[in-house]
Amino acid sequence: MLIPCPYCGPRDVSEFTYQGDANRPRPDPLSTDRQAWDGYVYDRLNTAGDHREYWQHSGGCRAHLVVVRSTLTHAIVSAGFARDEAAAKPKKTRRKAGAKP
Amino acid sequence: MAEYSALALLKNALTGNRDWKPAWRKPEPKPEYDVVVVGGGGHGLATAYYLAREHGITNVAVVEKGWLGSGNVGRNTTIVRSNYMLPANVRFYEHSMKLWENLSHELNYNVMFSQRGILNLAHTPSQADDFIRRGNAMLHDGADAVWLTPAEIAKKVPGLDVSAKARFPIVGGLLQPRAGTARHDAVAWGYARGADRLGVDILENCEVTGFLREGERVTGVATARGEIRAKKVAIAVAGSTGRVMKLAGIDRLPIESHVLQAFVSESLKPVIDTVVTFGAGHLYVSQSDKGGLVFGGDIDGYNSYAQRGNLPVVEEVMSEMASLFPGLAPVRLLRSWGGIMDMSMDGSPIITTGPLPGMFLNSGWCYGGFKATPASGWCFAWTIAKDAPHPLNAAFTLDRFHRGAVIDEKGQGATPRLH
Ligand SMILES: Cc1cc2nc3c(=O)[nH]c(=O)nc-3n(C[C@H](O)[C@H](O)[C@H](O)COP(=O)(O)OP(=O)(O)OC[C@H]3O[C@@H](n4cnc5c(N)ncnc54)[C@H](O)[C@@H]3O)c2cc1C
Ligand SMILES: [Zn+2]
Repeated sequence: MLIPCPYCGPRDVSEFTYQGDANRPRPDPLSTDRQAWDGYVYDRLNTAGDHREYWQHSGGCRAHLVVVRSTLTHAIVSAGFARDEAAAKPKKTRRKAGAKP
Repeated sequence: MAEYSALALLKNALTGNRDWKPAWRKPEPKPEYDVVVVGGGGHGLATAYYLAREHGITNVAVVEKGWLGSGNVGRNTTIVRSNYMLPANVRFYEHSMKLWENLSHELNYNVMFSQRGILNLAHTPSQADDFIRRGNAMLHDGADAVWLTPAEIAKKVPGLDVSAKARFPIVGGLLQPRAGTARHDAVAWGYARGADRLGVDILENCEVTGFLREGERVTGVATARGEIRAKKVAIAVAGSTGRVMKLAGIDRLPIESHVLQAFVSESLKPVIDTVVTFGAGHLYVSQSDKGGLVFGGDIDGYNSYAQRGNLPVVEEVMSEMASLFPGLAPVRLLRSWGGIMDMSMDGSPIITTGPLPGMFLNSGWCYGGFKATPASGWCFAWTIAKDAPHPLNAAFTLDRFHRGAVIDEKGQGATPRLH
């Protein structure tokens, strides 16, 4: 399996570290919604087909990637920097220092 | 008289083997059963057998999408052991071990259970301490364990590199003498025949494509061979759990499907008469009765339904094999294959009522479910018959994750690929 790192180009899977499912919405760190945290930690879609997942090019440029890969065929559909996706997301309102939780 | 006996063999040999009955019938599906078990793997077949045998529930169908044994039960490395540490696990797997010890006799079917022992090698003093602690936990819960020194190991497993110049020198090993291997296909066939003779219908080429529902309640299955109603629907589809449960509208579970590869070498004269596991990496090896070395290692490490793996794991397993047994390095590999496992979030199984009314779920076997086959079927049958778990599987519920009662044997947390 070759993963096309957007920085380094196609590299062998053994250069990468799998970091799991990228479909899990991480609750707001301040949230005490137990169900949301339970779901984030334990529940998975376990997709058969195109799967959004995190990989780190740990044996290369060390960038964190979002890869879409078919879990049925191992075919890679796309690979991009995780930071680009994070930047595209609307910013969560941050708690100001000293503000009440 | 037992169907298979020395006398029956002799009689059939003299009459040209014309009078053997098929091991199981090929019935047409009935419109309704008391219990439909989805999945004709080891666990589904054992469940049907114990439903009939222990609970008198014989109006049962096992529906299998392919042919019997086409799933993991026919593609594992056949290792059977109960060397766990957490009490819920040791008790469950030791119950399984006791069932294994009488299985050929009970089923009147030779499952070739061979108690050749399993030896877990330790390569550092701290690992030795850890294994000895595990051995003590096993002894406390009624399993068996013996600590072996390097000299004893060298005698038990000639060919193993126990020298100080090994990349990971061996400081000792934990042996479970009662552990061993079994003929995996025979386990499926034996349970199938046992269940069939008690009245269970085994329906092959009968993929479940949907669930019949009345409100929340599951009332049957839609299959490639028509709709089948059932008072209770029990699911034991191993690596397909995610896909099958989606058909019932359950789209998130504490499970990920991953691929595990295994390998077999060309046939050799007897060289290893036990099961050896390499504790510094991940390798387990035994020799089959046909002479092939059967071995495997870690899962590939990312979600997969592909039923085939990738090369880095092949390379890793081979290099570990060659470093443990330098003399076996020239041996050629005959075949490799992959199977899809339902890796749970804590590495322990799920045998539970629900998650919907009328439904029961057996899953989360990770890569250790073959050894569990008898106890899994036994406990699942109990759970289905009584609508409540037996004390032996009471800890393996689906809601344990949300109650904070995980059974994390390896202490890896909720990262399935690490279990
Ligand atoms: C390479 C490998 C090595 C392993 N080594 C070991 C080992 O040494 N020791 C050990 O203890 N465990 C081992 N395991 C794990 C063990 O094999 C499994 O945990 C166990 O066999 C799973 O239970 P099962 O036998 O019921 O599964 P399976 O045999 O996979 O049964 C599930 C069945 O469900 C059927 N099914 C799926 N979807 C549907 C549907 N929609 N409708 C109808 N039927 C359906 C499938 O066709 C399949 O036959 C290994 C696994 C693999 C892959
Ligand atoms: Zn890179």
